[in-house]
Amino acid sequence: MKRLIFPLLIVVIIFVSSLSGCVFGGQQQSKSPVEAIDNKGSDTMVNLALAWAEQYQEEHPDVELAVTGGGSGTGIAALINNSVDIANASRQIKKEEKADAEKNGVTPVEFTVARDAIGVIVNPDNPVSQLTRQQLSDIYSGKITNWKELGGEDRPIVRLSRESNSGTHVYFLEQVVRLGDKNNKTLFSANTLLLPSSEVIINEVRQNPNAIGYDGLGYIPKDLKIIAVAKNPGDPYVLPSIETVNNKSYPIARDLYMYTPGEPKGAVKDYIDWILGEEAQNIVAEQGFVPIKPAP
Amino acid sequence: MKTNSGWREFAITKVIQVAGVSAIGIVLLIFFFLMREGLPALREVSMLTLFSTRWYPTEGLFGIMPLITGSLIVTLGAAMVAVPFGLGTAIFIAEISPRWMREMLKPLVELLGGLPSVMLGFLGILIFAPYVRILFALPTGLSAMTGSLLLGAIAIPTVVSVAEDALDSVPRAYREGAWALGATQWQTIWRVTLPAARSGVLTAVMLGIGRAIGETMTVMMVTGNAPIMATYMAALISPVRTMTATIAAEMGEVATGSTHYHVLFFIGIVLFFVSLVVNITASAIIFRQRKRSERILS
Repeated sequence: MKRLIFPLLIVVIIFVSSLSGCVFGGQQQSKSPVEAIDNKGSDTMVNLALAWAEQYQEEHPDVELAVTGGGSGTGIAALINNSVDIANASRQIKKEEKADAEKNGVTPVEFTVARDAIGVIVNPDNPVSQLTRQQLSDIYSGKITNWKELGGEDRPIVRLSRESNSGTHVYFLEQVVRLGDKNNKTLFSANTLLLPSSEVIINEVRQNPNAIGYDGLGYIPKDLKIIAVAKNPGDPYVLPSIETVNNKSYPIARDLYMYTPGEPKGAVKDYIDWILGEEAQNIVAEQGFVPIKPAP
Repeated sequence: MKTNSGWREFAITKVIQVAGVSAIGIVLLIFFFLMREGLPALREVSMLTLFSTRWYPTEGLFGIMPLITGSLIVTLGAAMVAVPFGLGTAIFIAEISPRWMREMLKPLVELLGGLPSVMLGFLGILIFAPYVRILFALPTGLSAMTGSLLLGAIAIPTVVSVAEDALDSVPRAYREGAWALGATQWQTIWRVTLPAARSGVLTAVMLGIGRAIGETMTVMMVTGNAPIMATYMAALISPVRTMTATIAAEMGEVATGSTHYHVLFFIGIVLFFVSLVVNITASAIIFRQRKRSERILS
């Protein structure tokens, strides 16, 4: 019996300390029928979608919004399978995906709900602070391998990227690595690290002086160094911000989309109308994205 | 011994039989499902492409060799960590430590085995990767080496449990005979006990390896997921992409029935077979051990 005391004590301690994580929720009584809206997709947009959902649910307690991430690819796949009410995507739906959806009897309807800039980030100790789109393309396709080729220190370049299910990845591939040219077939080099989330990218850039990465502006903390990008050699180098995205001078900016299977009706339509309105767009700005100009 | 509760005996026996058979049945069902979803990949993508060296599924490049070599090298590295440390711990617990220390150490090792792998992955990104980068002067700490270290840590409790049991079951007579002949404690352990427990120790190592091969979250977070062919030992310090991380990362976004979907299941088939081979080898060794010791001691 004595021998059991020590392990038993450990179990009790662990159990009690894990209980402290339990939160006893307030009592809610929902008597009215609840509209459930399922919202899935882009990880770039997931925090924004959650902020929207929270605000909307406070004002409309009869609507229940479920927001999940998984990447733009996941959201669009769910849209094609007609298993989601609203799909979030940080890239446009591809022609093949549209065709797959139509084959399944789903007509995707597109709404531009916000704008985002993709910032290219490097370690704060890195002396390089401006690059052209061509240089970025050469870095990520593997043509440039050392920072000294760009005027920096003699260090190997470690390229960080999101996984291929991420809209951010696809957008970066099309607009930066392929320079916006549809016929360009350049790929990310095989030794680009495909990391599962923004957090891992940010963490690696923060402590690795060899690293270069990219991420949505809303996710880049203040202590990382953002590179000023020039669209073509000879153009001015521009840092991303709300102004430079809206006046189109920052070259790596994109629209964020929500897709519905067919024209939205009822609660989904109300939600999307609210998102396109002023209150929701203020939330966009708070989250670090760029609000679209509300319809006149 | 026919008693009134004869039907009860019958019922219980049947329930246990069903439970045992269902275990095999479930494995078979999984196997058939994998086959059904994965074999179409062989039809849609030629064997040559499938076993080529570039993995970029969104552009139609389905070469799975980098993934296979990635998994293998991370597992090899994990074995290099788990075997010395695991065996060393097992030997210490079984042979050297006093009884009271042993009663404390065994549950603690089991505790280490209960750690969620995603937590270790988290520790890996935040703590291990920077240190590995600085210590070995690598471009980045997100590499096969960090993955191997963490996988080794995950495999160690398995190795320790099984190896310790194997060492424990060596009859005392072996050790006493060695001591009687004047052997030191280490000589006894190294030349008598360990060889006698050889099969059990080998099983422990194989089970640890099996655990390491199937690990997903940890490798997804710390190996960098870059589909590089890992062919030389030098690949240990470069980023790699394992089969498990590929399936986990890409399964969410594939449209059901697409070529990418089938190829991912094909990777699942490869993984299934690798685990099967490892486990069958382990059990074959165990069965051989029992028969031999029965013969010797009878």
